[in-house]
Amino acid sequence: MTQIAVIDYGMGNLHSVSKALEAVSQKESIVITSDQEVIKTSDKLVFPGVGAIKDCMEAFSNDLKETVLEEVKKKPTLAICVGMQMLLESSEENGGVEGLGLLNGKVCKIQSNKDIKVPHMGWNQVNYLKEHFLLKNIIDSSYFYFVHSYCCPSSKDALTETIHGEKFVSSFAKDNIFAVQFHPEKSQSAGLQLYKNFLDWSV
Amino acid sequence: MSVAKRIIPCLDVDKGRVVKGVNFLNIRDAGDPVEIAKRYDTEGADEITMLDITASHETRDTTYKTVESIASQVFIPLTVGGGVRKIEDIKKLLRSGADKVSINTSAVENPGFVQEAADKFGSQCIVVAVDAKAKTDKDNTWEVVTYGGRNRTGIDVLEWTEQVTEYGAGEILLTSMDRDGTKEGFDNNLVSKVSSGISIPVIASGGVGNLDHLIDGVKIGGAEAVLAASIFHFSEFSIKEAKEAMKASGITVRF
Repeated sequence: MTQIAVIDYGMGNLHSVSKALEAVSQKESIVITSDQEVIKTSDKLVFPGVGAIKDCMEAFSNDLKETVLEEVKKKPTLAICVGMQMLLESSEENGGVEGLGLLNGKVCKIQSNKDIKVPHMGWNQVNYLKEHFLLKNIIDSSYFYFVHSYCCPSSKDALTETIHGEKFVSSFAKDNIFAVQFHPEKSQSAGLQLYKNFLDWSV
Repeated sequence: MSVAKRIIPCLDVDKGRVVKGVNFLNIRDAGDPVEIAKRYDTEGADEITMLDITASHETRDTTYKTVESIASQVFIPLTVGGGVRKIEDIKKLLRSGADKVSINTSAVENPGFVQEAADKFGSQCIVVAVDAKAKTDKDNTWEVVTYGGRNRTGIDVLEWTEQVTEYGAGEILLTSMDRDGTKEGFDNNLVSKVSSGISIPVIASGGVGNLDHLIDGVKIGGAEAVLAASIFHFSEFSIKEAKEAMKASGITVRF
């Protein structure tokens, strides 16, 4: 049986992610885990993250980090929100934090003004730059739910973009890694379809 | 081309049932919160807010079970408020599946709580609910009230919303207690003053009686989201009708 590990390093919306995966799974088993052995024996990985990036990086202990970095390089991986930001090169949040560098791009603060509220909170359109298996059966420019104050303005690995004042990268794809700024687990039918595509995805 | 304006139905829940107080005394039972949340989700609600109005603390476990049950079946954001006083309360609600928690009276009584909560869980899940009432001595000024409007605090609403924004609130749920339950529409003067003074999103609440009121909250009040309870519970209007009306008036909404 295919096993999906939702990586628990103490930060993140693990339950809503695993509930959404369970809602679309047919034969896969979904486990929330911080156990390195379980992560090593799982077929796919989900890497969530919520809150401040510095806290997330600090909560991610050295041993677990090593294992996850090793496994993320070879298994289909879905990174969400701050989990996605952690895979980039760096973030200017919390006075500057170094990322894991698996995806191209840097994270910057979203600029607010009278019309542009920060956090960027709510439903916004995800516009395709390329095709990808994980976008299958989801119409281009569908609405997904976002909650974030920092974003990546551009990346060589950009798959989709979204506009909140300025354009930013709303999802990334590189080899076996798929990473999203939005929350598919909160994005109703479009989000559930994305999770279904992730379960069906083989790299 | 930008973030859609949100429609948020609100469930006032007492001992595990949705109720809507009409003049406080006449509480009408509107049904099972899980079933209603599912219906709103299907109709296209952008989020759901659930306010636990149960007075006693013995029924908190019922609240957590209701939250868990909604969160496992409805895949849109869920905000839960009512009786959130301690960090532990927030932790339990988030673990039960809430995406955001709304803090009201305890923020007024202990503003440091907002800061502590935002530091610990992130601004994205901390909503500060502000109940506002017009000051009687001066036009266009409002003060924060607590305990369902019974207690006037003297705190200026505009100063308060700026302050909690600095403390790390991610969103303001702004209820006009002068309008709540009246069906006369939002106090858009209040909404617009608060919304233009802070950088975080404002949810307008209190007074919705028809679909034009929702439109005015966005167009005149400048709200990022509009919240209503009774017009949806008793099926006077569906969420879909509300969205169609907003779209027809030129507001960006999600379909």
